Amino acid sequence: MTQTHIKHHLDDATLMGYASGTLPEAFNLIVATHLSLCDTCRAQALAYDAVGGALLDDAGSEMSADSLAQTLATLDDGFDAAPVATATGDLPAPLLNYVGGDLDSIKWRPVGMGVKQAILPTSRGATARLLCIPAGTAMPDHGHNGKELTLVLKGAFQDDDGYFARGDIEVADKDVQHIPVADIHEDCICLAVTDAPLRFDGWLPRIWQKFARI
Amino acid sequence: MSWNFFFDPRTALPRIRDMLANTQTSSRRTPDGISPQAHPVLAGPVKFAGRRCVNDKTDKTSLWVDEMIRVRDGRDRTAFAALFAHFAPRIKGFLMKSGTDATTAEECAQDVMTTLWRKADQFDPTRASVSTWIFTIARNRRIDMLRRDRRPEPEELTWGPEPEPEQSAVLEMQQESARLVEAIAALPENQRKLIEQAYFGELTQAEISQITGLPLGTIKSRIRLALDRLRHAMK
Repeated sequence: MTQTHIKHHLDDATLMGYASGTLPEAFNLIVATHLSLCDTCRAQALAYDAVGGALLDDAGSEMSADSLAQTLATLDDGFDAAPVATATGDLPAPLLNYVGGDLDSIKWRPVGMGVKQAILPTSRGATARLLCIPAGTAMPDHGHNGKELTLVLKGAFQDDDGYFARGDIEVADKDVQHIPVADIHEDCICLAVTDAPLRFDGWLPRIWQKFARI
Repeated sequence: MSWNFFFDPRTALPRIRDMLANTQTSSRRTPDGISPQAHPVLAGPVKFAGRRCVNDKTDKTSLWVDEMIRVRDGRDRTAFAALFAHFAPRIKGFLMKSGTDATTAEECAQDVMTTLWRKADQFDPTRASVSTWIFTIARNRRIDMLRRDRRPEPEELTWGPEPEPEQSAVLEMQQESARLVEAIAALPENQRKLIEQAYFGELTQAEISQITGLPLGTIKSRIRLALDRLRHAMK
């Protein structure tokens, strides 16, 4: 389900964090989802793995004398391979386990202004949520206390940084203040991941934020 | 699929001439490598092996592919034993640098090698060197061990009927991997140290900043410089 016209990609720090295994689960999820759609970033992710491989060549310690014999003895013990999910609809494979199915299985909750969200179960430290923004609707003007990654799964949105369609990912940090507006043609469904609460300018969104856990 | 793209989208086949040029560059470095005692974060009972014999290692890199293929296609226990002798100590060292105690690190290194045996059919020498593939297994094992943050994998690409991998693509991957090892060895020490901390230390950039006392901006720019150098070296 690779997309060919992806214009907005992941940043180096996030790709390196994914390779080194230091990201919170929610960020791992959005990276895996983007890589499922984007061959460019998938190739880059392999390159960051290769940096880890090169460093492994330089690590070293000593194993105890009987460690090889112990390992050889258990090689053919039975084991279960983990089942591999395959995408069949709109959601890329990494999301399927978190949602429990495809788009129609998402348990949406309204958060105001026609916007719906579903918070996905991930470890603390960062939050992953699916957002459904009605066609033509603007999200409230907001800045960021940390890092926010937004990946479009369906429809599109526009802000000062450009036009984001399926597979495109927006990387926003403390310097970015934006008003994303969903494309007029269809509702926009995104996966959004944040490691700190957003910063809203208006007082009404700020109150609303407390309830919506955004 | 090659990871050429990361380094330079215009890169075609690797050039032996460039490999030699890189070897010359790295041979100008002091042969001592990095001293763990000089770096509190990396300090520990871990030996830094192998940096002195870059050429020797380069030759071995291609050998490990043969051993790995013999494990994958022939379930060859002798080849497995050779891989174990080379990689198990390195996996243990990798885990100990992440703060794992020696006993646990040794158990995990055995687990990783067992996974290598069981998942050998997933090894694709055109996509990753043996070191890289083992690194990804060890990284995932470390994440499991910490039981903190799950790390979903991207969807597997389905290429249709698997063609026999082209020998040139396999060779290209091994050569580029060897060049990458040398390019990392040739990084200025303060940059290489940060890359190692990011991968081995299991530290975020903010945590590295706290431990080293360096401003976060300095750390980010050093890592960026290091990546620029690697990209340049891989052109």
